[in-house]
Amino acid sequence: MKRFELLVLGGLVAAAVAACGGGAKPEPPAPQGPNADSIAEAERKRQDSIERAQREAREREEAERVARQRAADSLAAMGRTSEAVKTLLGTMTHFDFDKSNIRPEDIAVLDQKVAILQANPNLRIRVAGNCDERGSDEYNLALGNRRATSAKQYLVSHGVDGGRIETVSYGEERPLDPSHNEEAWAKNRNDQFEIVSGGDVLKQP
Amino acid sequence: MTRTLALVLVPLSVLPSFRLSAQDTSAIDRGVRIGIVYRPGVRPGVVVLPGRAQALDSIRAIIARDLDYSDRFELITLPSGDSIRVTAAPPPSATAGRPGAATGKATGAGGGAAATSLNYPLYQALGADFAVAIATAPVDTTVVTVHDVAAGGIRREFRARLPVLKDPGFRLAVHRLADRVLEATLGVAGIAATRVLLVRDGKVYGVDQDGADVRLVSSSDHQAMSPAWAPDGRRFAYMEFWEGHGRLFVQDVATGKRVGAATTGQALDFTPAFAPDEKTLAFSRATEEGTDIYTVNLKDNCCLQRLTVGRFSDNLSPTYSPDGQRIAFVSTRAGLPQIYVMAADGTDQQLFAPFDYGVTGASYAPDWSPDGQSVAFHRDVGGTYQVFVLDVRTRAVRQLTSVGRNEDPTWAPDSRHMAFVSDRAGYRQLWIVDVETGRIRALLTSSGVRLPAWSPRLTETTASTP
Repeated sequence: MKRFELLVLGGLVAAAVAACGGGAKPEPPAPQGPNADSIAEAERKRQDSIERAQREAREREEAERVARQRAADSLAAMGRTSEAVKTLLGTMTHFDFDKSNIRPEDIAVLDQKVAILQANPNLRIRVAGNCDERGSDEYNLALGNRRATSAKQYLVSHGVDGGRIETVSYGEERPLDPSHNEEAWAKNRNDQFEIVSGGDVLKQP
Repeated sequence: MTRTLALVLVPLSVLPSFRLSAQDTSAIDRGVRIGIVYRPGVRPGVVVLPGRAQALDSIRAIIARDLDYSDRFELITLPSGDSIRVTAAPPPSATAGRPGAATGKATGAGGGAAATSLNYPLYQALGADFAVAIATAPVDTTVVTVHDVAAGGIRREFRARLPVLKDPGFRLAVHRLADRVLEATLGVAGIAATRVLLVRDGKVYGVDQDGADVRLVSSSDHQAMSPAWAPDGRRFAYMEFWEGHGRLFVQDVATGKRVGAATTGQALDFTPAFAPDEKTLAFSRATEEGTDIYTVNLKDNCCLQRLTVGRFSDNLSPTYSPDGQRIAFVSTRAGLPQIYVMAADGTDQQLFAPFDYGVTGASYAPDWSPDGQSVAFHRDVGGTYQVFVLDVRTRAVRQLTSVGRNEDPTWAPDSRHMAFVSDRAGYRQLWIVDVETGRIRALLTSSGVRLPAWSPRLTETTASTP
């Protein structure tokens, strides 16, 4: 962020210097009589000032172009940052079979989300709890609800306003991996985090 | 179907000449049983008489299968329509060469004459206690004559005007005839005229109890779950996902019109269950506090009431006792989900299906039987699910299934048949078990079918099928 500001600032300074260097300094009038030389001299000076003005205009345009380019570059960089933050925010947490407690290895993942939510006060998210197919179909809706709620409780207990987090449960109805094996089941027992609003540009915490 | 044959427990009789699909009777005992007579304790034999009128074949097939699926008869099928001829009485007309046709012809003119033309000793020798003749009478009337073979006379005769074959109401009308045969012979109410709702690919379908006539009944784009019948069979409720919320809908069977249940839509509401009073709908609602059971008044679309306060436990899957006084449900208050019961107003909550702490597996999805005596549910046994039945009076629990994973039982209105989901054939589909005989048959052969709900008896006044 700081670097971006510096770049913008630098661009602005360059533009300002270029602008100041331009026609703001008129030549002092030479006390000369009306002779052929002085007429030629005046004509030469006039030509010089035209050229100078044109050169200065070109320089100004170039400076503006560079400034614009730098601004665009830093916006793109910010966009890349935003995408990276979104990816972090979207990282799923996983659960043991028929359990809804946060695993120790997922605490870092949730801490990251706490930081992101705090750095982006307008961000609102939805936590969706999911289950594997081994559990009872209908009970899994309650279990998925517990999984989503346990993530929310963690975020809230670490200072995030609860009003910014919705919880939903899909039970076993939306498996990421439809296969019928341990690997798929482990994958399907998760909390998924999605942005509800305020996620167009995300600041890095 | 061949795979299912191996699972049959009760060898019955030969396959009829008109093939009955989904027939689960064994092929072990092929051949006509000659000389077997009725013995007490053995199910009475019944024969559906063949006839020449081909238009009636589908009716005969449906009725014969219904009688078989009632699991109250030994269904006797004749090797072929032509091999048995009545010689006792001269055929009254060219078409009356066989008993069925003779009966049918005669009933058109007057049932009494038909009795004399049926060779009772022959059918008695075949092991039949009852014979059912199906014939037509003028102006689109179907005549069903129930013969009491042992007594040598007509037990009952009834007439019905069936819808045409293509009519959506045709099969249900024939099923009702089968139920009347059951009533006329054994004096019990059948389950032929019933349908089972189920979920496939996130949509609700209905199917006749014999596995025919699968029809889509909820056509919304939203993923659906947990269909549940109203006690009058005219409506059913189900849940749909709306942006992660669960909304409950009550749909009219006849019109297909549906309304959202009041005060739902902003939470995750699921597992609806009608109270016998038809106006109260109980359901589970998942919030950040956990999952609890609520009721709502459907008649006035109001009055949300909370029955359980779980805090640190989940309470879900309500099912009413048929008198409406009690609700069985699942609760995690002891850790693992187990089956509990409470008064319909939420008071007097207590354990229902006993379990050994730390030993018995988790229990789910209770369904209270229509006679009030049992609650079916499924329980974790060694990492898979088996269907159990709780005796409400003694609170004894008995395991009903043991092959594969079996879950989500739903009682038929006769309280002796039950549909459930099983992967015993390699993929999850619906099966039906007769709790009394243990006979098991596949309801459908398609995979991915789940969450069945067996209808009450769909009477004539009940609007057409879903």
